[in-house]
Amino acid sequence: MATLNTESNHPAPDDFYERLIATHRGLSDAESALVNAKLVLLLANHIGDPGVLVQAMAAARDGTDTERDAGAG
Amino acid sequence: MKTYTNPVYSYVRPAELDAPGARRPIVIVGAGPVGLAAAIDFGQRGIPVVVLDDDHTVSVGSRAICYAKRALEILDRLGCGQQVVDKGIGWNVGKVFFRDELVYRFDLLPEPGHRRPAFVNLQQYWFEEYLVERARALGAVELRWENKVVGVAPQADGVDVTVATPDGEYTLGCDWLIAADGSRSAVRQILGLEWEGQVFHDRFLIADIHMKSDFPTERWFWFDPPFHPHQSTLLHRQADDVWRIDFQLGWDANPDEERKPERILPRLRAMLGDNADFEIEWASVYTFQCRRMQRFCHGRVLFAGDAAHVVSPFGARGANSGIQDADNLVWKLGLVLKGLAPDRLLDTYDAERTRAADENILNSTRATDFITPKSNVSRTFRDATLGLAKKYAFARRLVNSGRLSVPAILAGSPLNTPDRDADFARGPGAMIPGAPAADAPVAGPAGDWLLGYVGGDFTLLGFDDAVGPFGVAALARDRIACKVVQVGGKPTAGATMIGDVQGLAVQRYHARPGTVYLLRPDQHVCARWREFDLPTVRAAIARATCNH
Repeated sequence: MATLNTESNHPAPDDFYERLIATHRGLSDAESALVNAKLVLLLANHIGDPGVLVQAMAAARDGTDTERDAGAG
Repeated sequence: MKTYTNPVYSYVRPAELDAPGARRPIVIVGAGPVGLAAAIDFGQRGIPVVVLDDDHTVSVGSRAICYAKRALEILDRLGCGQQVVDKGIGWNVGKVFFRDELVYRFDLLPEPGHRRPAFVNLQQYWFEEYLVERARALGAVELRWENKVVGVAPQADGVDVTVATPDGEYTLGCDWLIAADGSRSAVRQILGLEWEGQVFHDRFLIADIHMKSDFPTERWFWFDPPFHPHQSTLLHRQADDVWRIDFQLGWDANPDEERKPERILPRLRAMLGDNADFEIEWASVYTFQCRRMQRFCHGRVLFAGDAAHVVSPFGARGANSGIQDADNLVWKLGLVLKGLAPDRLLDTYDAERTRAADENILNSTRATDFITPKSNVSRTFRDATLGLAKKYAFARRLVNSGRLSVPAILAGSPLNTPDRDADFARGPGAMIPGAPAADAPVAGPAGDWLLGYVGGDFTLLGFDDAVGPFGVAALARDRIACKVVQVGGKPTAGATMIGDVQGLAVQRYHARPGTVYLLRPDQHVCARWREFDLPTVRAAIARATCNH
């Protein structure tokens, strides 16, 4: 089974991050949430491998229950 | 302040108040790090220079405190690097915390065999004091304190500067005016020149405290720490047991209130504990901006440092880039003044340093956007990145508390001669045309480090008998002289011989016997070949000086 790659895989990480934030420029919070959901669905389809996706979902969910207010404005 | 007393430099009544004085080749406005570095460089070249400063002392407050390896190497060439390093606090390691957990650690100088560390922290007042001392030791440098520029009148072949002093105003004519008078540049404002960019909606408190502490000598950055919730904090050690703490305050903070000790002390107590023994040395509340002038050269007026470009402080890209501006400008202007290069050589100062400014602005803008997210979704991504960073390497690479100053690589410069030999290394860190020369431990008559032998003038660095005595003598006699330094091989008349004691020079320059590198006076590589050929080297020097 393929393993989720958690090593840095971006040729230019800072370029990627800037573009990610720029994708949301001018959007309301609700619009941004929708854009993010679409982004996850697009990327998940591109990856395809169910094993990798399950690992990514678990890693993303990990710690959420104990974090006090992650993401609060 | 407890640990430092600002010196008072005496105002001397300028002779021009009583009778018109001779026209000067160079006048520099501003005796800060950039103006002083430029003045020293001119002074070392024997070019007379007058420096005008509206104050009578060095920096009030510590201000720019992180001096990067490349700036230290430039200071070594200017004869005051050792003082800065001896007094300063060297560091290579940075740590990033999210809430109460360490999420990321970096080492900026992972390899040995360099004279200078990645960074030295030193209060700007010490830094300037050493540069003033050095400048005063050079006969060609005249420092004029309490001389404030109030008028700038560009002429066809020079500039007339009106200067206000305690005894009245006078006019000083010069061939070239260098404006190194900081982010509020009087010269820029007098000439009505615009600069473009963005102002960030955030405020920061800088507190310098005097404290005996066993905190490690590292850069520590906290996102959302328990002692300062929802904001960031940065800790740096400086000389004399002075510690710099930056507290992010947010845009709504009242700067006049936040400057008061009764507001600062509880913040420090929360961070350092009730038992910490410290005193506040200096505090300031600031906002910042990222912007630059469209052009740094305006006829005979040349802008450098913060006068030309400003960045947010995360990344230490302010003073470090200004010192590289001076390093880039002075040798070019020196050649132009002596009639050895056309004025258009200065266009390459503009091209090379505006490009460097853009890189600095890009990096510091990105860091600022990470530290001060502009929207809820940006903050969510920021916190998600930090949340993943402790466990996952990819997220650590995205955490951005400042991408620290690295030397400009002038890869696209028209002064470079492109590689003809295809087998030179081209990857990261390679000595491609445009890269600053790499240091290495060596043995020789002038010290133990390679960078001590190159720069000032053009330098041909040869490996293992690359250049014979005829070539050495011919290059020394040229109008634009080029000295020859040889690594290894037999002694060659007229060349300086150095030994590659650890083999690192050969390795870092990807050298073989016969390889030669042509280095500019500012130590940047401008050409390299697998074998020496006199006409080819002369053509590269002509190209690097716009004499072609």
